[in-house]
Amino acid sequence: VTNYTAIFHALRPEASLVVGALVVLGLDLWLGRGRTEGQRLRLSSLVGLLAVAMAICASLGAGSSGEVVDGVLILDSLGLATRVGVLGLTGLTLLLAPGTSRVRNPAELVAIILFATSGFTLMAVAQQLLLAFLALELASLSLYILAGFDKSRPASAEAALKYFLLGGVSAAFMLFGFSLLYGLTGSLVLPEIARAIAVNEQSTLLMVALVMILVAFGFKAAAAPFHLWAPDVYQGAPTISAALIASASKLAGFVLFVRLLWSGLLPAAGSVATFDSVPGWLPVVAGLAGLSLFLGNFVALAQSNVRRLLAYSAIAHAGALLLGVMAAGVAGPGPLFYYAATYGLATVGAFGVIAVVEQAGGCQSLSDLAGIHRRSPLLAACLLIFILSLAGIPPLAGFFGKFAVFAAALKVGGLGGPLGWLTLAAIFLSAIGLYYYLLILKQALVLGPAADRGKISVPANARLALILAAGLIVALGLFPSVVLGLF
Amino acid sequence: MNALPCTVYVSLVGALLALIAGGRSARAARWIALITATVGWLITLGAAADFVPGPGLQTLVNVAWIPELGVRYHLAADGISLTLLVLTGLAATAGILFSWNIEERVGEFFALFLTLIAGVYGVFLSADIFVFFVFYEIAIVPKYFLIATWGSTNREYGAMKLVLYSFAGSALVLAGVLWAYAANGGQSFALSDLAAAGANFTAGQQIGMFALIFLGFAVLAGMFPFHTWAPTGHVAAPTAASMLLAGVVMKLGAYGCLRVAMPLFPAGLEFWQPTIAWLAIIGIIYAGFVALVQEDFKFVIGYSSVSHMGFVLLGLAAANTQAVSGAVLQMFSHGVIAGLLFAVVGRMVYERTHTRKFSDLRRIPLHRLLPFAALTFVLGGLASMGMPGFSGFPAELTILIGTWKTSPVWATFAAGGILVAAAFTLRAIQVSFFGTTDHSGPVATADAHGHEHDYAPITWPERTGAMLLIAATIYIGLKPDVLLEWIVPALQSPLFQSILKGGAS
Repeated sequence: VTNYTAIFHALRPEASLVVGALVVLGLDLWLGRGRTEGQRLRLSSLVGLLAVAMAICASLGAGSSGEVVDGVLILDSLGLATRVGVLGLTGLTLLLAPGTSRVRNPAELVAIILFATSGFTLMAVAQQLLLAFLALELASLSLYILAGFDKSRPASAEAALKYFLLGGVSAAFMLFGFSLLYGLTGSLVLPEIARAIAVNEQSTLLMVALVMILVAFGFKAAAAPFHLWAPDVYQGAPTISAALIASASKLAGFVLFVRLLWSGLLPAAGSVATFDSVPGWLPVVAGLAGLSLFLGNFVALAQSNVRRLLAYSAIAHAGALLLGVMAAGVAGPGPLFYYAATYGLATVGAFGVIAVVEQAGGCQSLSDLAGIHRRSPLLAACLLIFILSLAGIPPLAGFFGKFAVFAAALKVGGLGGPLGWLTLAAIFLSAIGLYYYLLILKQALVLGPAADRGKISVPANARLALILAAGLIVALGLFPSVVLGLF
Repeated sequence: MNALPCTVYVSLVGALLALIAGGRSARAARWIALITATVGWLITLGAAADFVPGPGLQTLVNVAWIPELGVRYHLAADGISLTLLVLTGLAATAGILFSWNIEERVGEFFALFLTLIAGVYGVFLSADIFVFFVFYEIAIVPKYFLIATWGSTNREYGAMKLVLYSFAGSALVLAGVLWAYAANGGQSFALSDLAAAGANFTAGQQIGMFALIFLGFAVLAGMFPFHTWAPTGHVAAPTAASMLLAGVVMKLGAYGCLRVAMPLFPAGLEFWQPTIAWLAIIGIIYAGFVALVQEDFKFVIGYSSVSHMGFVLLGLAAANTQAVSGAVLQMFSHGVIAGLLFAVVGRMVYERTHTRKFSDLRRIPLHRLLPFAALTFVLGGLASMGMPGFSGFPAELTILIGTWKTSPVWATFAAGGILVAAAFTLRAIQVSFFGTTDHSGPVATADAHGHEHDYAPITWPERTGAMLLIAATIYIGLKPDVLLEWIVPALQSPLFQSILKGGAS
């Protein structure tokens, strides 16, 4: 007998979001007529924020009570933390939106952000292949639309098309991988798949399925060599969409895959703790991580567009996050979650600053950030915190994320295997990272503004969002145990 | 003693206040910065007054910070850290006095300056490597903005180079520390715990960990051939930042080598000892010769810093009680002297003549135009050469005697370095201040009474700062025991005794 009450209880956050999205659309139809786009966006964002707040309460209410409906959903501490994390990041994005984005259909923008978010929260708790795929596609399809939401700019359309085509291919890969897994094991639920794999001997088909899934994973995580969409999307998409794609979507994606890989495919993990590595998905993930770290950091050096620079830095961070994925088997998902969540905070913040500067005369090339410290000291101070957190400078959260992930990765096998050496490489590459982050900060804090650039007035809501994000980064940096202690 | 952690907090609060005040009044920001630095210094002096020398670190604060990683917020001090804390307070106070003339973005300047100071205090107080590392990195970023915004010659290049070298060094340290932490099972970052665990590491592990950590710190201490950031960075930096960089920040590196790398990995030290010593000796002599042919006044001081820091590294490499205590003394001494020399060159001379080229300075009779600057530089130069009566003398002598006990060959070569130091210092004094008596030079003019009108007179903050530094170098020169009585007992702790050979001096 299916327990519908339990399902409803577990899915209340998603229900709040979907109802919220419908309310946003309805209210806009009802009250929006004759009002400016700015006013409509403000109203829609407010309702959206309410829906997010309700979803956060619902997530906390649903708690971490274990499996629901024969293991289709898993409500554990990771799921709860991720739900709250993605909702928080979406909340910040929505708070940033009014006054910093000029769109023609504000209610639809907010509604689609809410749909995407319900995809993210489902990804956080999905433990069954079918639901995982649906959640992922709900999120992805919403994000494709968000990337192309600015219909007046060809760059936005180009970004959406690239994102959609590559995303579609990766979805096909994933579905094919899932279907092979189902065929091999006869189950869709992750723990049962793991049991079935452990019993059966490893077959070539399983390896094919693994490769398919990892390709799709690489795409979602923007890990090299499947990263090509990221720079174009970050550059072309509306800033608010880019903020969501770079933060909440990353967090939900990594959590879904860490679940899929560790609780569903554990027997096929292989090993990277020693050099005579056992075949499995771990060596492949290690390859993706290494490639992302090198490519992201080195290509970022050559960027003159601040969004593309952030995109390549995101690829480098994806490499570090993959180290966290590999270490999650021993250290648990805590370091990975902490890293992804604080990385999301810093990215939302950085894109928030870009969005505000964008409204005051465009923000594409690095030199558009010149002299922010004169134009708006608040923006400069916030940007300093976000960028230094991305660079991993203490006492900001980004540093502890890196530190926790690297420490966890080194605990797996010390320097006795590829994982240890990858970690060392990641530590050294962070010095390269500091160079390009300092290039951003040099523009913002050292150089003077161009002659024709005046003061920037930061809308009150954006100010609140930026201060919140910066404050959280400092607070989580000073007290990382608040998050790390959850797991 | 127990007030020492307040140095960090006071500096941070002062930084915030200076930043806020700077938006309204530059004067207020200056005074806030000066008061903050002075209070920090007084705290260290107060701690020094009731300090009871003894072996081992005296814990000041010890609370759990990140239990998941086994990190504790553990601050402690012994005679070595106290020496350097007093130096930091002195250098910070003097540095602010010498930046009294900063007019642009004053609040931000002093906020960054005080943040850097807070990081430095924190490093010297840390007894947990994680906390050590956090403070160490906090001290890195302000340097970039201080140099890139308020610097001079080639400042953006100098700033970036300096910060990337520092950060690459800290990445090496992080790698080594994490390796040791993971190899120990990931329980704790406490110095004492890791030192206890160090005995269980294989020799190969110790050699690798030591190499990473020592090299990482030695980059910041200016060890040859990783010293090139130092002259360019020091030259590009504004005066106060050069004073602090050469005076205190380079000591962070040496302190890290002494506090973290050496006691934790005895086998590593034994393996790398000759390499470090020879690199230190090459640094002493090579940087000395390079300083001898510089055309830019500030580059001479920049390279002289590298040369003098070579003595510190040599003292550490000799690894006996006397040499290491000399190295700590030299850290203090060089901190004071380098601050003094950079103050004269960067503030007193360059801000007035707007040139640092010897070919230009040669034509200006600076000893008559700026007699106070000339006097200060001569005193600083004598101290730097290691003349008796100044702090450089007991410091370098102790290092040389200590080194002789380990290897007479090293000591002989290093003694040669002292001659080179005398040569480049005397050349700098002669060419810059006493270049000519020819009155027909294009810049210099004197009226009938012999009064000079060209340059603004030396201001009171400059005089006060210079007096403080001169007094410190002479006091320690005459009574080095004051510091040695703190340092030597600290080296008697079991942690240090396991790596130091030779008895107490």
